[in-house]
Amino acid sequence: ATSSVIGQESGSSSSGARGLVSADYADDYIKNDVYDVIISGGGMVGSAMACSLGMDPNLLGKKILLLEAGNKKVIDKVPETYSTRVSSISPGSATLLSGIGAWEQITKMRCKPYKKMQVWDACSDALITFDKENLEDEMAYIVENDIVVAALTKQLDSLSDNVQVKYRSKVVQYTWPMSHLATDSIPWVQVTLASGETLQTKLLIGADGPNSMVRQELGIPTVKWNYDQSAVVAVLHLSEPTENNVAWQRFLPTGPVAMLPLSDTESSLVWSTSHQHAEELLELDEESFVDAVNSAFWSNENQSELIETAGSVFRGALSAIMPSAGSPRQLPPSVSGIGPKTRVMFPLGMGHASEYIRHRVALIGDAAHRVHPLAGQGANLGFGDVACLTRLLSQAAFNGKDLGAMQHLLEYETERQRHNLPMMASIDLMKRLYSTNTAPVVLLRTFGLQATNMLPALKVSSLSFGFFLQTNPPVHASRLGHHSDNTTCQT
Amino acid sequence: MLSDKLSRIVLGLYSRKQIAVCGAARRGWTAVCKQRSVCLQRQAVRRHSSTRTASHTTVDPAEMRKFQSLASKWWDEHGEFAALHAMNDLRVPFIRDNLLNVHRACHPGKPLTGLRILDIGCGGGLLTEPLGRLGANVLGIDPVEDSIGTAQVHLSYDPDLRDSVSYQACTLEELSEAEEGREGEQGAGQFDAIVASEVVEHLADLETFTFCCNHVLKPGGSLFITTINKTNLSYVLGIIVAEQLLRIVPRGTHEWEKFISPVELERLLESNGFLVQSVQGMLYNPVSGAWSWTNSTAINYALHAVKLRDDPQSDQAEESSPRPEDHTAATHS
Repeated sequence: ATSSVIGQESGSSSSGARGLVSADYADDYIKNDVYDVIISGGGMVGSAMACSLGMDPNLLGKKILLLEAGNKKVIDKVPETYSTRVSSISPGSATLLSGIGAWEQITKMRCKPYKKMQVWDACSDALITFDKENLEDEMAYIVENDIVVAALTKQLDSLSDNVQVKYRSKVVQYTWPMSHLATDSIPWVQVTLASGETLQTKLLIGADGPNSMVRQELGIPTVKWNYDQSAVVAVLHLSEPTENNVAWQRFLPTGPVAMLPLSDTESSLVWSTSHQHAEELLELDEESFVDAVNSAFWSNENQSELIETAGSVFRGALSAIMPSAGSPRQLPPSVSGIGPKTRVMFPLGMGHASEYIRHRVALIGDAAHRVHPLAGQGANLGFGDVACLTRLLSQAAFNGKDLGAMQHLLEYETERQRHNLPMMASIDLMKRLYSTNTAPVVLLRTFGLQATNMLPALKVSSLSFGFFLQTNPPVHASRLGHHSDNTTCQT
Repeated sequence: MLSDKLSRIVLGLYSRKQIAVCGAARRGWTAVCKQRSVCLQRQAVRRHSSTRTASHTTVDPAEMRKFQSLASKWWDEHGEFAALHAMNDLRVPFIRDNLLNVHRACHPGKPLTGLRILDIGCGGGLLTEPLGRLGANVLGIDPVEDSIGTAQVHLSYDPDLRDSVSYQACTLEELSEAEEGREGEQGAGQFDAIVASEVVEHLADLETFTFCCNHVLKPGGSLFITTINKTNLSYVLGIIVAEQLLRIVPRGTHEWEKFISPVELERLLESNGFLVQSVQGMLYNPVSGAWSWTNSTAINYALHAVKLRDDPQSDQAEESSPRPEDHTAATHS
């Protein structure tokens, strides 16, 4: 700070010298245009961010750039086979996507709403169902990530006046500005591309996935752990066509297994289990794999008589208090086959960046927080970041603020951490709670699940609060090493 | 004080005469050249004399010294001027919304496009830049050269602001004089709005200040003032707590004797051809570092006044001068 003070004073000691100083700076910056916002990473969350900023009336005229390492992803015709990389899109995320004009495209292409979710325990009969018919119309939608990205890409094309997109552009270096008042250095974030081009921006938004280069280069520490688990995903063919509007999730002692509706005859499987078991599952021939999937949803081998008895006594006591409560149990559809070459496994982990922001930088989506896919919240948390950051940046622009200033970025961090952290903690807690078959823990969760199922008020609040029972089905894309979310900034 | 008023009256008479002279000059080219050279000579003489008088009138030399030592710290958001940075959360919307109420134009992204604003006592440009970002053409003036230097260096970083923001190290009186010199071409008032935020409590002569504001403002133009009330509470909080205990503001920034109550300020403005539209209290929370609106004007307050249009002469001047839109369009192209 001292040197800058001296610099300024000498610069302004006489009007002539002052003119010179300004002219020098002007020369430096006139050459390179300064962007208002650069978004690094054009996956689902990054593309949504670009659209959202590009469509905000208060940000009209701002220079916005999206950098994506991969190719432009356009879908002219929806492929017949389903992709294994799907996301559960909550009504809140659907609202965001519809606000930026992408939801209409998605529904035109392909998505599957579900109205009900059943979560149950392999160690007891305890179950909980969420029935959206008496709450809202749709509980959530299962959408392939490719479809989301394609819809957003199409929307970005129509916003080309407001948002510039550079595909196949790999970032090799970020240069961070001093936090304040360094007259001899460039006050913006500089982004150097592999092509040698250097860009400057007032605000950099890191949407570059769980291995975010932006985050790593900033040295922001992350709290993270691996679950020593992998997820096996596949497209399942059902034995017979059904309405297929229920998302199923069962907690096995090895981890949760979920079946998410894709169409009347197909569902998406997400099976979290030990690395070794996952590898075994991949090795199996198709028929044995289908058997394994069916038994994962149907088998009773983990149930013990003690817990069964205790559970039914507890259930009986509850129904004595509230005779009409509780939902009947439904049976999941049986599986007859799997889509060709759809079986893939990937390791599971969880991570949370201790800071979402730095001077002139904000992290969104998986770059800031990576969750276990069991709750299917990954994409929704990211879209929540997009909605929040757009609102705050729009307000900042309307108040004439520098978009990279700390004040509104701090607000973004506070607001999102307050939302994301409890969500992540509960997902993690649920994951741990259900990874055991120790009798007392099983009893506890059996009672918990049953009580929650029977008390509508508690159920609704846990659903809206996003506590552990909001078991929106799993599956997330980017941690497959999904191209767009992930690759922009890999060095 | 008396001599100031006298000189002001003389000055005012003088300027009216000049309108007549220059107006007459439009008749023929040779006449224009002749008259213009006369105007320029007179202007030069007057500017010279006014620079000297200005430094003795509204700007207190002791005040200037205080701020010189602070000039380079302006842009530290958490430094000595943190409270001023935070005040933007109130004053920018206050100015923006009141101007949008008056002008009712729709320019999404840059709502204040087409308006010319004068920021008096702009300091390091803390308020000037946000107003420029909203699309207004802003001139920031400050008698402290170091502040203007800081403001210019900071401005030069942002290419988006280069066309909309400019600075000048001068006093309001000097500017008002210079405006007069250009009267033959532009007419007296050329600003749609004047902002004097946290300025009037530092001035020695508010009469001349209001007069000059009226002079450079277009008829119907807005004057925005934020300042500190002259109450016991403002003494305790503004000087004892803020300067001496919490050190939110550097010690010696304020002198309570110069504070002015909203009633007094209103009276002063209304006797100088303004109509006060609104007065709102502001409250600073030193714990959160944030400002909020309040009903009480006991400490800080913001005021919006509009220059009356009733003077037929200035209305004519307005008609003969280019429209604000034309003016800024020309600047931008």
